[in-house]
Amino acid sequence: MTDVASPTVRVSTRPAESRRDIGIKRRYAAERRFRAYGISAIVIGLFFLAVLVWSVVSKGYTAFQQTTITLPIEFSEKVIDPKNERATDTKQLMTANYPVLVRDALVKQLGIDPKKRPLVKQANDMVSDSVRTQLRDIVVADPSVIGKTIPVTLLADANIDSAFKGQIDLKVEESKRKVKDQQVAWMNQLAEAGVLKKSFNTGIFAFGASSRPEAAGVGVALVGSAYMMLIVLVLSLPIGVAASIYLEEFAPKNRLTDLIEVNINNLAAVPSIVYGLLGLAVFVNFAGMPRSAALVGGFVLTLMTLPTIIIATRAALKAVPPSIRSAALGLGASRMQTIFHHVLPLAMPGILTGTIIGLAHALGETAPLLLIGMVAFVVDYPGSPLEPSTALPVQIYMWANEAERAFVERTSGAIIILLIFLVIMNLGAILLRRRFERRW
Amino acid sequence: MSEAAVEKALDQKMNTVPLKMIGKDVSVYYGEKRALFDVNLNIRENTVTALIGPSGCGKSTFLRTLNRMNDTIENCRVTGRITLDEDDIYDPSIDVVELRARVGMVFQKPNPFPKSIYENVSYGPRIHGLARTKADFDEIVETSLQKAGLWNEVKDRLQEPGTGLSGGQQQRLCIARAVAVSPEVILMDEPCSALDPIATAKVEELIHELRANFTIVIVTHSMQQAARVSQRTAMFHLGNLVEENDTDKMFTNPDDQRTQDYIMGRFG
Repeated sequence: MTDVASPTVRVSTRPAESRRDIGIKRRYAAERRFRAYGISAIVIGLFFLAVLVWSVVSKGYTAFQQTTITLPIEFSEKVIDPKNERATDTKQLMTANYPVLVRDALVKQLGIDPKKRPLVKQANDMVSDSVRTQLRDIVVADPSVIGKTIPVTLLADANIDSAFKGQIDLKVEESKRKVKDQQVAWMNQLAEAGVLKKSFNTGIFAFGASSRPEAAGVGVALVGSAYMMLIVLVLSLPIGVAASIYLEEFAPKNRLTDLIEVNINNLAAVPSIVYGLLGLAVFVNFAGMPRSAALVGGFVLTLMTLPTIIIATRAALKAVPPSIRSAALGLGASRMQTIFHHVLPLAMPGILTGTIIGLAHALGETAPLLLIGMVAFVVDYPGSPLEPSTALPVQIYMWANEAERAFVERTSGAIIILLIFLVIMNLGAILLRRRFERRW
Repeated sequence: MSEAAVEKALDQKMNTVPLKMIGKDVSVYYGEKRALFDVNLNIRENTVTALIGPSGCGKSTFLRTLNRMNDTIENCRVTGRITLDEDDIYDPSIDVVELRARVGMVFQKPNPFPKSIYENVSYGPRIHGLARTKADFDEIVETSLQKAGLWNEVKDRLQEPGTGLSGGQQQRLCIARAVAVSPEVILMDEPCSALDPIATAKVEELIHELRANFTIVIVTHSMQQAARVSQRTAMFHLGNLVEENDTDKMFTNPDDQRTQDYIMGRFG
């Protein structure tokens, strides 16, 4: 008993040692302060993100609606083909005066005296000029409509579209605004009759460049961007991964490889416009590739994306534990087998994430494309990467320069489309990462 | 007993055991630094040879010269001569892939591939073309896992990841993986240092059984383990081979004072 008791007694009688002052309160205060900094940084970031999304969405969501006017169009033979030449002259159907059909239908619908020219002109201004091509396409596709009356849904003019969406202030003096009182009255009359209404704007996804906002869309730009993304993916992924594997797994560590490494890191930081100049000089001027072509754009973006992919891939390869390499080598696997059977599959999530982020970066890139002539007014879908095309961010840039009110919402609308694509790509990166990681 | 007499007695005892690997004047340099100094060490067939010595004494370095794993380290240079059944393993005509199939290795930390147990074991036979049909692979996997004493524990979950096993099981899986290639020599670099005593006991028991079919070289920090599992022991110190002897003699009556001190725990 005494053996057990005596140490207890001894400890209790020993005077308490005075502790060194380590400032516990100060330490906790510092920690709290640091956490507060972090939280406020996140709050600031989220605030600006919210402002960005709000400003874009609030301006742009209306772009996904389009005002249309559905009119019974009489495909009068007198207007389209007065001399009945369409069997012999194919040009006849292409050059016919289709807007007259629309004007007549509208005048009839509104009950205007066709002889009052100014009124007819005002009424005619309510529909888009794009009706010419719309009706022409209908007739050319099926000439048997000539002589019949068919209801056709036509795009309203951009000004009527804006007015109908409430974007034009009607309190402003009539002479100072683009929509006249008479037109507003007609607009309301047509809307009440159910002829004029808002519907989902499929055109913004389908149309190409146009000086008429109601007929402008990002369809052609989307195809150009898709071509470029395909080229970037096909070129930069294999080149980038091959370069990284060589540098990481095979290359000796010497001054030359150090130099290469420094250069790759620097290239990742080179402003993208410099790549545009490079592409202009090498691909367009020296190699003689066509201007404004998605092929050249794809090459330039590939050069721009490569450093990103190489850096991401090397980091992913480095992160594979060396014990896996030893295990495979110890079993008698060659270096190639070790890399392709074990290291690369483990590095795959990192490589794919890097690649998709590189692609997303390339998708949003504008500056280098301006230099190689992709800031072009492209109306038709490019049939191949060699034909003139434009890209989504370039389309946004061009629309942002337009003065018309209706282009403002379309610019924001196109930004929303671009952001959706970027979000989808980043989600894809996350999903791929999860999928590959979940394997083991 | 005089030194010469000891040598003689030793030779008489061991001379019936043929030599599997012969290391002659082996030196290893990492860049400018020399890690091994003219080591002469022979590995006897179907014998467990333990390499002991304080940290940084070069025992792992020597082990890794035996299947040329040092080749993967940049700036590493090996001089001297190491033979495996008369073949100089550093001869340019020797294929390192083939050598490593003959001299397998088990590492300090269990390092199964992040794949299924089945794939872990069948990977070696697959890359060396030891089997063609599914049935052949199944057989190799089963016998290898049995040799490693793991079959009964994992036979119902061969498709589950090898990384999901316990540490001791993982290490035995690594041994099964090495055994599956049918090597002649198995090198073990502190195979139990990351395991608990029960798992260690299992691995040691396994080493005993494997000795019948394989020549084993094991690096260990544990004197008790060296005494338990090995027949021959080699003591390294500062890159030199201090002493090589029968394990029994080494732990009872070593020739060298440094060995004595190390075994008694006076340094290292």
